[in-house]
Amino acid sequence: MSLLTIIGILPLISAGLIALIPTKNSELIKKAAFIATLIVAAASVFMAISFDKNSDQLQFIQKNSWISAFNINFSLGIDGISLVLILLSTILVPIVILATWHESDNGRWSSKVFYILLLVLESLMIGVFAANDLFLFYVFFEAMLIPVYFLIGGYGTGEKSAAAIKFLLYSLFGGLLMLASIIGVYIISSDQIGATFDLTQLATLEIDNQTENFLFLGFFIAFAIKAPLWPFHTWLPDAAKAATPGTSVLLLGVLDKVGTYGMIRFCIQLFPDASKTFTPAIITFAVISIIYGAFMAIGQKDIKGLIAFTSISHFGFITMGIFAMTTQGMSGANLYMVNHGFSTAALFLIAGWMISRRGSSTISDFGGLQRVTPVMAWSFFIAGMSSLALPGLSSFVSEFLVLVGTYTRYPVAAIIGTLGIVLAALYILIPVQKALHGPITSGNENLKDLNLREKIAISPVVLIIVFMGFYPKPVLDLINPTSEKIVVNAGFSDPIAKVGK
Amino acid sequence: MLSAPSLSYMLLSPMLIVFGAAVLGVLIEAFMGKAHRAAVQLTVSIGALLLALLQLWQIKDMSSTTAAVNSVTIDKAGIFFQFIIVSLALVAVLLIADQDNFVAQASAVPGSNEEKIAIQQKVQQTEIFPLVLFAVGGMMLFTVASDLITLFVALEVFSLPLYLLAGLSRRRRLLSQEAALKYFLLGAYASAFFLFGAAFVYGYSGTVSISGISAAAGSANDIFLFIGIIFISVSLLFKISAVPFHSWTPDVYQGAPTPITGFMAACTKVAAFGAILRIFYVGFADSQTLWQPLIAVIAVITMIFGSVVAIAQRDVKRMLAYSSIAHAGFLLLGVVSLSKEGLAASLFYLFAYGFTTIAAFGIISLVRDSTGEVSDLNRWVGLGKKSPLVAAVFSFLLLSFAGIPLTSGFIGKFAIFSAAYQSGNVSLVIVGVLASAIAAFFYIRVIIMIFFTDPVNDSVSVVIPSIRSRIAISCATLISLVLGVLPSLLLNAANTFANLIK
Repeated sequence: MSLLTIIGILPLISAGLIALIPTKNSELIKKAAFIATLIVAAASVFMAISFDKNSDQLQFIQKNSWISAFNINFSLGIDGISLVLILLSTILVPIVILATWHESDNGRWSSKVFYILLLVLESLMIGVFAANDLFLFYVFFEAMLIPVYFLIGGYGTGEKSAAAIKFLLYSLFGGLLMLASIIGVYIISSDQIGATFDLTQLATLEIDNQTENFLFLGFFIAFAIKAPLWPFHTWLPDAAKAATPGTSVLLLGVLDKVGTYGMIRFCIQLFPDASKTFTPAIITFAVISIIYGAFMAIGQKDIKGLIAFTSISHFGFITMGIFAMTTQGMSGANLYMVNHGFSTAALFLIAGWMISRRGSSTISDFGGLQRVTPVMAWSFFIAGMSSLALPGLSSFVSEFLVLVGTYTRYPVAAIIGTLGIVLAALYILIPVQKALHGPITSGNENLKDLNLREKIAISPVVLIIVFMGFYPKPVLDLINPTSEKIVVNAGFSDPIAKVGK
Repeated sequence: MLSAPSLSYMLLSPMLIVFGAAVLGVLIEAFMGKAHRAAVQLTVSIGALLLALLQLWQIKDMSSTTAAVNSVTIDKAGIFFQFIIVSLALVAVLLIADQDNFVAQASAVPGSNEEKIAIQQKVQQTEIFPLVLFAVGGMMLFTVASDLITLFVALEVFSLPLYLLAGLSRRRRLLSQEAALKYFLLGAYASAFFLFGAAFVYGYSGTVSISGISAAAGSANDIFLFIGIIFISVSLLFKISAVPFHSWTPDVYQGAPTPITGFMAACTKVAAFGAILRIFYVGFADSQTLWQPLIAVIAVITMIFGSVVAIAQRDVKRMLAYSSIAHAGFLLLGVVSLSKEGLAASLFYLFAYGFTTIAAFGIISLVRDSTGEVSDLNRWVGLGKKSPLVAAVFSFLLLSFAGIPLTSGFIGKFAIFSAAYQSGNVSLVIVGVLASAIAAFFYIRVIIMIFFTDPVNDSVSVVIPSIRSRIAISCATLISLVLGVLPSLLLNAANTFANLIK
């Protein structure tokens, strides 16, 4: 059993053990869940250290036969991109647990159920990024929906069950379209190379153009819903508003990355020709997402809605970087996934604390927080600055790479995309000014600043945001070889800039 | 000199055991005192079904086209169909053994004094057991019959007991009797269609044997064969409740006693698909251009209609009825595929779907208020709060119906969709996928009602299940789970057994 498999199974085993603790003993349950996820995080950091970053081959491979009738294997293995996304997931989960210690207390069910769902979800998240078998990926991809559905519906606020079902139906619909495509790929493989779901082998298939386009669309729509890309985004703001801050962090920070990850791993690798055909359309959708998300964010009165729409804008950037088909764009998009994960986590966690302290999620209810709760206000400020890609903070590097990578091939798209950065300044600075600066509005006088637990929880996130802004090299080293390989395998080479150097 | 015909008793023994036990059951009714009847009947039924399973295991490697004077074909697929039917029946009988779902005295007019006295005296209608055994025997015969006459006899043998059983509900008896009458009248029509079709096919091919029909392909005017196929199809499609021959399904599912509904939904489907697959794969295989477009269209309508109409249902039994219609549509993809993969996928799907269905109806029979079973979904709200375990199991079963990964339903759907894709019916797969998306909506809506809505005052409670129901429901649920996680064993078996002798 490889280290990867152990990391993937650990949360599941912990969930089983937690199920044995009596429901009343919720403190013990929380501590157990926290320690378990901390161990998983430590193990995955260890895995990252022992990862050979000079190789673009799959590592930590595990392969067992699962359903022999269809030649389906339980096949795991990671390259650089998978590794950083697994790291993102495993690091975020203990932070979320610590940061939202009391989140599960007022749910429909006990906190035991909450942590079991969370741990199961963590296993599935690791699995979805590690799967090398198309069928296995699909199983993780769909099974992941169920714990999230119960996390939103059981512990969320407001219109939670409507939001939960909207989330589930959108995702299921996309997933089923993908299932049709998966079956198509499988049948084609059985005609050409013998039935298989192995990704490396499937990438060698010769598919005729029309079929390839349809198969590509099945995958792409599923991932575009997940990511979410305009016009498939409408479930996200509702889900983000209804979910608890911790769930939202995992939903936007990790789960939505499955969409963009899937575009890289499946759309481009399995269907390079179709990707080429659809690139102009997809870049257009991405640009619309960037601008639309930004404008919607500016108009938001609800702080969770604001973060949700900024994410739609950011996912536009990521998608644009991916389909620019340049190594810079691809690396930038991958780095962006990680950075967006951490900055959204910071935003959502702090927003969650603000909301629970003030009892309101309307931006205009806050004011002068900097004087009442300086630590909370400053952390929010840093997260916000990272979100608008301030140089020196993490998102700047990735946004820059994406725009440079896009410019060499699609200058117009890159220029319009740059407009998104300007709008970002508006959608972040206006709420920051309203909520953090200015006079202390009534109702805010006695808000408490972050306590020790919350400070401990948020500090690693802020540290990562700052560190990655100055020194993204460790992560880029992991990402670059794989990104290059993907772009080259898809039959692209970096265009030489037309403007003189 | 006249020699005795070869019957091959060994190959017939599973069916003979079941029929024998059914006859024995009738004798028990006649000669045994009331006190112990129920227990003895249950023991006989379970024993017979277990024995039949054992016997099926013994003959699993044999095959013959000549058993019972050429009227029965025992082949791999036939044995597998019989295996599915008997094992489903075994679980269903455990549920049926909970007598409080059934009328005390069927002959008493609903609401009459006679009925009250019967209830006070705790009279039990133990004829249910032999009736179920007759139905099981008929179903087993239906899947292996190799000529149209035997097929018709089997059809009647398993249908008649079902008509009776559907009318035996303890509560809401008028609804139950109405359901039985509807089922009977429409079933009689369907049987008539079958005979009519059989006559046309006989006229075309000069034989009633299924393999003979296939051999006669092209020997006469195709129009007669076509008419024959259509009429025979109508009657078989009626049994699997494909649209537009489905209209009895919701009423009968709702009116019949819940354990019987489960039994019917699971076993009838297996038997009817067993016959359909045999007829179309063996008898009409060479004339596929005649019927394939027709069945494809029916599959499309059935999938979409079942899924869409289920959304509007407020009664959980009616909802599952429409869901079973949709599943019949998915299963028809296996028929249209006309390939070994299609047959193997159908075998797996029927097995998986059957157990999920029985478990689901088993749970429905547990949800009650003071007057009895409650199938109104609006009153199921908040069930998750009152009995989390039952609610969780029911939700799992719904997810399996919806085909979410890690449930048996998903593997079944995957198998059948890929068989259809492989045979070139890509558009059918796309319709199937879209129908599944629609269907997911109403399954998940029920989960919302159970878990995310607060209980209201007149909401229901879950009775403590008897040990028999507990075994039945947990076995069936476990099978759904195991087949979702580790389907290899059954998939490989289905592949091995996907073989119909022509």
